[in-house]
Amino acid sequence: MRAFDAGWGGAVWKTLGDPIVNVSSRYSSVDWNGQRMMGLNNIELITDRPLAVNLREIAEVKKRYPGHAVIASLMVESKREAWHTIVRQSEDAGADGLELNFGCPHGMSERGMGSAVGQVPEYAQMITEWVKEAARTPVLVKLTPNISDIRTVARAAKRGGADGFSAINTINSITGIDLDTLTPRPDVGGLSAHGGYCGPAVKPIALHLVQQICGDAESKLPVSGIGGISGWRDAAEFILLGCGTVQVCTAAMHYGFRIVEDMIDGLSNWMDEKGFRTIDDFVGLSLPKVTEWKHLDLNYKIVARIHEEKCIGCDLCYVACWDGAHQCIHLNGAHHTPAQVESAGRARITSTPTGKYPPYSTPVARIPKVDEAECVGCNLCALVCPVTGCITMERIENGLPKESWEDRGRNV
Amino acid sequence: MTLEAFAEIHPPLGGQAAVVEANRCLFCFDAPCMAACPTHIDVPKFIKKIASGNLRGSSLAILDSNILGLSCSRVCPVDVLCEGACVMHKYNKQPIEIGRLQRHAMDHFYSNGARLPVSAAPERSQRIACIGGGPASLSCAAELRRQGFQVTVFDARPQAGGLNTYGVAEYKLRPVDSQLEVEMIRSMGVKMEHGVDVGTSMPLDQIEAEFDAIFLGLGLGPTEPLAIPGEDSPAVVDALHFIAAYKTGIDTDVGRRVVVVGGGNTAIDAANAATLLGAEEVHLLYRRGESEMPAFAFEYKHAKQMGIQFHWLTQPVAIHATSVECVRMELGAPDKTGRRRPQPVAGSNFHIQCDMVIPSIGQTKLLRFLEQARGVELRNGAVVADQATGQTSNPKYFAGGDCVNGGREVVDAVAEGKRAALGIATWLT
Repeated sequence: MRAFDAGWGGAVWKTLGDPIVNVSSRYSSVDWNGQRMMGLNNIELITDRPLAVNLREIAEVKKRYPGHAVIASLMVESKREAWHTIVRQSEDAGADGLELNFGCPHGMSERGMGSAVGQVPEYAQMITEWVKEAARTPVLVKLTPNISDIRTVARAAKRGGADGFSAINTINSITGIDLDTLTPRPDVGGLSAHGGYCGPAVKPIALHLVQQICGDAESKLPVSGIGGISGWRDAAEFILLGCGTVQVCTAAMHYGFRIVEDMIDGLSNWMDEKGFRTIDDFVGLSLPKVTEWKHLDLNYKIVARIHEEKCIGCDLCYVACWDGAHQCIHLNGAHHTPAQVESAGRARITSTPTGKYPPYSTPVARIPKVDEAECVGCNLCALVCPVTGCITMERIENGLPKESWEDRGRNV
Repeated sequence: MTLEAFAEIHPPLGGQAAVVEANRCLFCFDAPCMAACPTHIDVPKFIKKIASGNLRGSSLAILDSNILGLSCSRVCPVDVLCEGACVMHKYNKQPIEIGRLQRHAMDHFYSNGARLPVSAAPERSQRIACIGGGPASLSCAAELRRQGFQVTVFDARPQAGGLNTYGVAEYKLRPVDSQLEVEMIRSMGVKMEHGVDVGTSMPLDQIEAEFDAIFLGLGLGPTEPLAIPGEDSPAVVDALHFIAAYKTGIDTDVGRRVVVVGGGNTAIDAANAATLLGAEEVHLLYRRGESEMPAFAFEYKHAKQMGIQFHWLTQPVAIHATSVECVRMELGAPDKTGRRRPQPVAGSNFHIQCDMVIPSIGQTKLLRFLEQARGVELRNGAVVADQATGQTSNPKYFAGGDCVNGGREVVDAVAEGKRAALGIATWLT
């Protein structure tokens, strides 16, 4: 209800089921360079509260917020009767839709639920069919990323009659090990188990899988995007790859429902800027821009250009290019290796300056130069440069016609 | 009066704050901060070790370049050195707090037993005497010891550390912290002879006979006299004596109205100390103008915040019972250093009421001693030494620190001491 007050249009009520078992502790996270929770891992199963309580609360929420969508997330044993019962109970309570949790990667899967279903197309299809026999509301199948090709299950669920997908569920993970106790986290009495990974770290994986589903003619159904969505930019990206709605969990767990306001405001401002009136105006607009590698133009050429006036002299691009790329960025106009540069630095005799005060200007020798003939246009230097717009990747007109790998094969 | 008034000017960072700050560092390649440091501490390296939770590795990375990493982290004028060179000035403006991060790592080192890694160098029989117990000598001694040489430090004072122990303002570095470093260097196997005044109680000839090489790191002498009438009054206490007396707790008395003479960093330290010790008014006289003052800008700013009253173009001409008689100055033609020479304005005499005068117009050269070192060339009272090796015109003698550079920062002395140690090691092998 706080989420609805904050401005969200719907909620997925996670996760109704039977039996109810859980442990403590349940979460662990990955911090990165001083930032908390780049990724979150959980070994939680389903709701701790009895089914009856959840159903009563769903009914109450629907009474107070009749205009907001409540989707019941369901996970029960793989028995037709069990699924029919929970579908009926959820819909009787007022749920506007059902989400079948075929993705939970831990605990439930060992007992033939969650991702144990989601990894076998036949099971996914069968259970979807059972649910559809009883369901009066739309049925979303939640897909697991812990599978070689997510499209196989998506296609099966579609054959089973699913009305849409939500993707992705969490990714199998061990977030880390406590280096004092040597126990992986989260620690449950000296033992741990693999969990499901989510949060900002999983967004790129989720975007790829969403693109796989949305770009597949045989899986074509509405998709609700999930996976590391923390703000309006992430939401826009999922929608551009074909999602009609998005779901947010980790970000709300981290910061509370205060995040909703900027998700709405930021997205709305961006839409105004781009001239989009509704979400439908940009759903899937980026899909045609994702192709297979074999269709990329081999003759498209860019090189890095360093804008001296913006350079702060950190030389991260230099060392990145030397140690991690094509060794085409040079200092001081000479092709010195990093080892040579460092030893020259150490040999320099310096003393405390008198009468000269900082900030000192960037010495010209520290401003790197790109050997454009050697540059392959990999982007690495621009990615490591801390200054926005200091390194730009510029198009080189080489006069060559467009030619993909496929074309080249054909031309030979 | 206790020294509790001397709260630290740069308080330590907490553990979490240090990690947050360390993560802000961009990890520049061949970093400008490292180049700006006379001892070339690998700053990004030790900072990233703080970020990774490897505090011991961080402290050893510092000590590898600068054995006095603790005192330097507190007394270095970082604004004009590492932090002044930080690329953040051109990025998001606020430089990384390198000094405080270094201190964080060094505090960890000293609160965890100050254990250096065991040196793998074989013992060598050659003996080296380091004359003077200040930063230059300690740095030279530590590096030589690390390479297996037999080293003895001779210090005229009862405790080693030189100006780190006796001369640096209390709110920057306390004598106990200086002593931690001395003890660590002693634990490396460096012998320390305290209260031995080479040249008087111990003849230089004897040292020459017993040692294979000699490092001169004796610093400078007492404060230059003002050379004006009334200077022998008991109300006149030179800046270094004043600072040493309060730091060692021997004498923390201060006048109600104090006049400090001089425009350098030591003058500022003395003026601030006088305020902290309870002086009601502290006046600082400088014979040139504000823009010519040699003190660092941040020191000047600190002194202004302390309420020190600055009198520009003012020179004392006589000290009376209850006042200093001064004369106004004006700047004439540039002298050979390029600075405009101050000249008195006739008939402009005036008095500043005071009951204590602290001259701080630079230190004298220890000529009487240096002239005993045969064949060691002097220029303007300073030892002439090769910049890279510290070797003097007498090949057995090496030198570094204030007696060579005329009076610079602790970190300069550490760098020169270490370069001389490498020079000595090369010369002896």
